[in-house]
Amino acid sequence: MSQPLTLKARLHRAERRRKLGAFALVAPLLLFLLVTFLVPIADMMRRAVHDPELSQVWPRVCGAIDTWTDRAHLPGESVFAALAADIQESHKARTLATAARRLNYDAAGARSLVFGTARALPSRASSWTETLIAIDERWANPEVWAAVARASGPLTSFFLLQAVDLERSPTGGLRAAPPDESIYVDVLTRTFVVAFSVTGLCLLLGFPVAYLLANLPDRLAYPLMILVLLPFWTSLLVRTAAWVVLLQDKGLVNEFLMTLGLIDDPLRLIFNRVGVVIAMTHVLLPFLILPLYSVMKGIKPVYMRAARSLGAPPTVAFVRIYLPQTLPGIGAGTLLTFILALGYYITPALVGGASDQMLSYFIAFYTSDTVNWGMAAALGTVLLAATLILYSVYSRLVGHGQVKPA
Amino acid sequence: MSASPSLTVEERLWRAVLWGSSILVFAFLMVPLLAIIPLSFNGGPFLTYPLQGVSLRWYETVLSDPDWASALRNSLIVGSVSTGIATVLGTLAAVGLARARFPGHGLVMAVVLSPMIVPVVIVAVGFYLFFAPLGLTGSYAGLILAHTALAVPFVVITVSATLQGYDVTLSRAAASLGAGPLLTFRRVTLPLIAPGVASGGLFAFATSFDEVVVVLLVAGPGQRTLPREMFSGIRESINPSIMAVATLLIVFSTLLLITLEVLRRHNEKVRGIAR
Repeated sequence: MSQPLTLKARLHRAERRRKLGAFALVAPLLLFLLVTFLVPIADMMRRAVHDPELSQVWPRVCGAIDTWTDRAHLPGESVFAALAADIQESHKARTLATAARRLNYDAAGARSLVFGTARALPSRASSWTETLIAIDERWANPEVWAAVARASGPLTSFFLLQAVDLERSPTGGLRAAPPDESIYVDVLTRTFVVAFSVTGLCLLLGFPVAYLLANLPDRLAYPLMILVLLPFWTSLLVRTAAWVVLLQDKGLVNEFLMTLGLIDDPLRLIFNRVGVVIAMTHVLLPFLILPLYSVMKGIKPVYMRAARSLGAPPTVAFVRIYLPQTLPGIGAGTLLTFILALGYYITPALVGGASDQMLSYFIAFYTSDTVNWGMAAALGTVLLAATLILYSVYSRLVGHGQVKPA
Repeated sequence: MSASPSLTVEERLWRAVLWGSSILVFAFLMVPLLAIIPLSFNGGPFLTYPLQGVSLRWYETVLSDPDWASALRNSLIVGSVSTGIATVLGTLAAVGLARARFPGHGLVMAVVLSPMIVPVVIVAVGFYLFFAPLGLTGSYAGLILAHTALAVPFVVITVSATLQGYDVTLSRAAASLGAGPLLTFRRVTLPLIAPGVASGGLFAFATSFDEVVVVLLVAGPGQRTLPREMFSGIRESINPSIMAVATLLIVFSTLLLITLEVLRRHNEKVRGIAR
């Protein structure tokens, strides 16, 4: 009686050992990616909502401001006193600039307010409320205090809201950010518009090529395939450099058009949107052609023949019979192209003008140039969310593992 | 699509449109690459046609410039070390993923492939913010780690695809003849999947060799790679020496393409034997 049970148990154990062994082979890579990739990105996203900067240099006022509940009026004397103590302390410790910079993200002019106050602040006062307001009357403005409260941490929605051009009003509601700070919806729109135009152009240019390659006999299709694969394998920088040369005022494209007599003066093709879209279309076109080609290659010709033999004219047969069968390929190719285009940085940076820079540019800019890491993290989170949502649609369509980003 | 005499006018028209538009697109894909090659042999300092004589002066400039030499060296160091790590980790993982469906298999696959999906700038910024306090930015180690993470999905995908055509009975045969798992892998599995591993490695190398966003953020002045040097060259003063480097890189990618094709054919031959 016990024999089959033991066998079952032994099989079970062997199976479990096999699974464990398989997992052990994957574990080193998982651990590696956890440390170099997953944790750093999670930590970046934390920075989008975690805001300890001000509370580190101004601990007193960041603690005391919690007592300020009536946001329509000024906070009490204890909050003013805490601020005065913090300013004195951080002025001595030379950390005032950190506080001033952080407040300046939210309230324009806060930098001069903080430094001016620090210079004029007496060491003793009977009423800190009156003293501070006498130094700078902006301290009588509840909006300034609301900015302090918003920055008091440890959690903030400030950066994420700013990434979509919103801000908190002093009473805690949401409102549109002032026009001179509202640039991010424009950047987001631009990123999506460029990605969308590039994807559309890629589909327009890629469809006939994919169709031709899929329907030619192999001995003709393979040599032509090289014309798609060679650009695909060529360095992104080489291709971008080529477009910089071709599109300049005296470049090949303008010379050619002028020789043909189509234009008299060179067109402005570079450092603007036209250049960005042309160069990105060139770089991303193979990413649309290849998945579309592989789907078209699998479409059996019998359906078209059937439609034709039943009397459908070629155009009708193509639109009604062939085209619907290419939809998975069109979906996969356009989504892949769109996802890759969303994250583009190098090509717009080299071929575009100041108003053509996409989301990635600003993420890198805030990371290395202005050291506003909260903002970099918030914009990064927005880009990551957009990418992952689109990718989940893509992987439903084709399954994992059919991508190569540039 | 062979020519048949019974084509209607409508079909002839569509065929002409198809070929016409395809030829234009092929030209759009290839002309930019072909157009810059002659410019690298220009005798004068301009990037315009007609050429002012033919010379190799820009190649001499590039080959004798210590900046380009150190950029090439950095690219080769970072590329080969990250390829090595990515190939080992990726091949092990692919073998593990093919061996059994353990709990969380799908999630693991998603994690392993995710560096390919996430925009590079996010990988770079995440890496920079997290590792700058640890002193890993501005070092070879940091750059190599980040490039390994970006390259590893290509190894996993390529080796996994090869393993799909691998006949498991060969491993069982080895095991039944007394070979341990390690010996079986080394003497039976690895030789058979070697072309796949090699193409995975080439994919990984190409990824690192062409990567510039991570380099811009994570590398210090001592680790400027070839693409990084080209990036500042294009941005600051684009001249025929950039075209000379570009031409050399086009030659390189042509060789890469040929090697991959050879490996692919070899791989198919091996699969044919295994079945």
